[in-house]
Amino acid sequence: MKQGIFTVASNKNIAANTWEMVLLGDTSGITAPGQFVNIQLDGMFLRRPISVCHWEEGSLTIVYKAVGRGTEHMTSLGTGAGLDVLTGLGNGYDLTKCGEKILLIGGGAGVAPMFGLCEALAKSGKQIKVILGFNTADEVYYAEKFEKLGADTVITTVDGSLGVQGFVTAAMDCDYDYFCTCGPEPMLKAVYAASKTSGQMSFEERMGCGFGACVGCTCETKYGHKRICKDGPVLEKEEIIW
Amino acid sequence: MVDMKTSLCGLELDNPVIPASGTFGYGYEFAELYDINCLGSFSFKGTTREPRYGNPTPRIAEADFGLVNSVGLQNPGIHSVINDELPKLAKVFNKKVVANISGFSIDEYVYCCELIDKEEQVGIIEVNISCPNVHGGGMAFGTDPKMAAAVTKAVKAVTTKPVVMKLSPNVTDIVAVAKACEEAGADGLSLINTIAAMRIDLKKKKPILANVTGGLSGPAVFPVALRMVWQVYEAVNIPIIGMGGVSSAENVIEMMLAGAAAVQVGAANLRDPWVCKKIVDELPAVMAKLGITDLRGIIGGAHG
Repeated sequence: MKQGIFTVASNKNIAANTWEMVLLGDTSGITAPGQFVNIQLDGMFLRRPISVCHWEEGSLTIVYKAVGRGTEHMTSLGTGAGLDVLTGLGNGYDLTKCGEKILLIGGGAGVAPMFGLCEALAKSGKQIKVILGFNTADEVYYAEKFEKLGADTVITTVDGSLGVQGFVTAAMDCDYDYFCTCGPEPMLKAVYAASKTSGQMSFEERMGCGFGACVGCTCETKYGHKRICKDGPVLEKEEIIW
Repeated sequence: MVDMKTSLCGLELDNPVIPASGTFGYGYEFAELYDINCLGSFSFKGTTREPRYGNPTPRIAEADFGLVNSVGLQNPGIHSVINDELPKLAKVFNKKVVANISGFSIDEYVYCCELIDKEEQVGIIEVNISCPNVHGGGMAFGTDPKMAAAVTKAVKAVTTKPVVMKLSPNVTDIVAVAKACEEAGADGLSLINTIAAMRIDLKKKKPILANVTGGLSGPAVFPVALRMVWQVYEAVNIPIIGMGGVSSAENVIEMMLAGAAAVQVGAANLRDPWVCKKIVDELPAVMAKLGITDLRGIIGGAHG
């Protein structure tokens, strides 16, 4: 974990209620896709944990939905605003376990960490299939970016306004030897049930600190108590207890 | 030069800053960030006889200037703390620690204190009779002066280490509980634990915490904590560890002026993991600015 002051380079509304923010600062604390940052905001006591979507030396991108006081405040931040950010939080996805034909499944805001993971996997020459799930066509983002990385990309929308009609599971009947996923818990549960192989799943929980001190976000797994913020947010399918 | 040293139940502390139980784990997360030997001491995560998972999640809800938690004493149990956590802690912290002990019965408090009494690293036993997040124990002992005295007496009988009773603010008269503990032989008092509280999710129209209620901490509670430290200081002759929303060197000095011999920093660690080090680093300058040369000299200094 590292702390740094980051500067907002851009903060754009890229889809319905969905924002993309690029932050400039020291990203050397980030070690794996699926990790998150914890952002201090004026007037709010707790930091806001947000998954990293993409990072490179000197900059990182997050994609977030305006769902509460903190994220709504974030939409108002303009270029040049300074933010106190903790980076490199959580375990992230373990790429060494990812197989050769990997299926990535992202739902809503959970599409964002799938992008960083897809970038890392594309570099290592894996065959990647991506399912991006949204409620409606106007919520869809980043589909063309996944395609540009060479991933076979399928969109699902609950109302059928774009791509396959239904939940992400409607597109999961395909050939893969491993999967990684991130999305709302009901989606994770459905993916868990529909999946045919091992995989890794990223969870959300209300957090206090984000770095393992307060044990506010503990969950039970087959391997004992785990803190979503420090021992997660990515858990292996085999250890999950629903 | 200013003197930041303070004394607590016979223990000499380099400074009065002690991370509060439950906000600092067993120290390692923070030892990765800075040398935690700069701290006066630290109070480790509340420990019970058996391992505990705690309450279901969500167990954190934000509030203006603080947070409400309902963790419910998650801990690996006293045996694991002694066998696994303390040896690991010894590698990163070479000062005496405050052992925070909780229980659901007097027997359980006694069991844990008897075991922790043998640990060289432990300088003070802080007996938590004020956890608002467990049922049938914890706070039940801290809201009744007779029960608080009974726990104090039982624990004192099995240890030679100083015993500090951690008090609940969720009472009509904290002074009555404080005096009962003092009369029963407590060597010091720790106050305040969190204030019973809750939040409701406006979209779901349901309580945020799975446990419905939890305990409020953070800057929001500082004036309440200060008032209670003030009142207890007027009524007892044993040292007080003041806590509740302390987030700055100025807050530390204010707590000490109210009567605290040492100060714990809790919720602030969750917002800024470096905050305790910053407070220690800033104390000399803040003392100098206020014309304070010796911290020991200001304890209770605001009283007539």
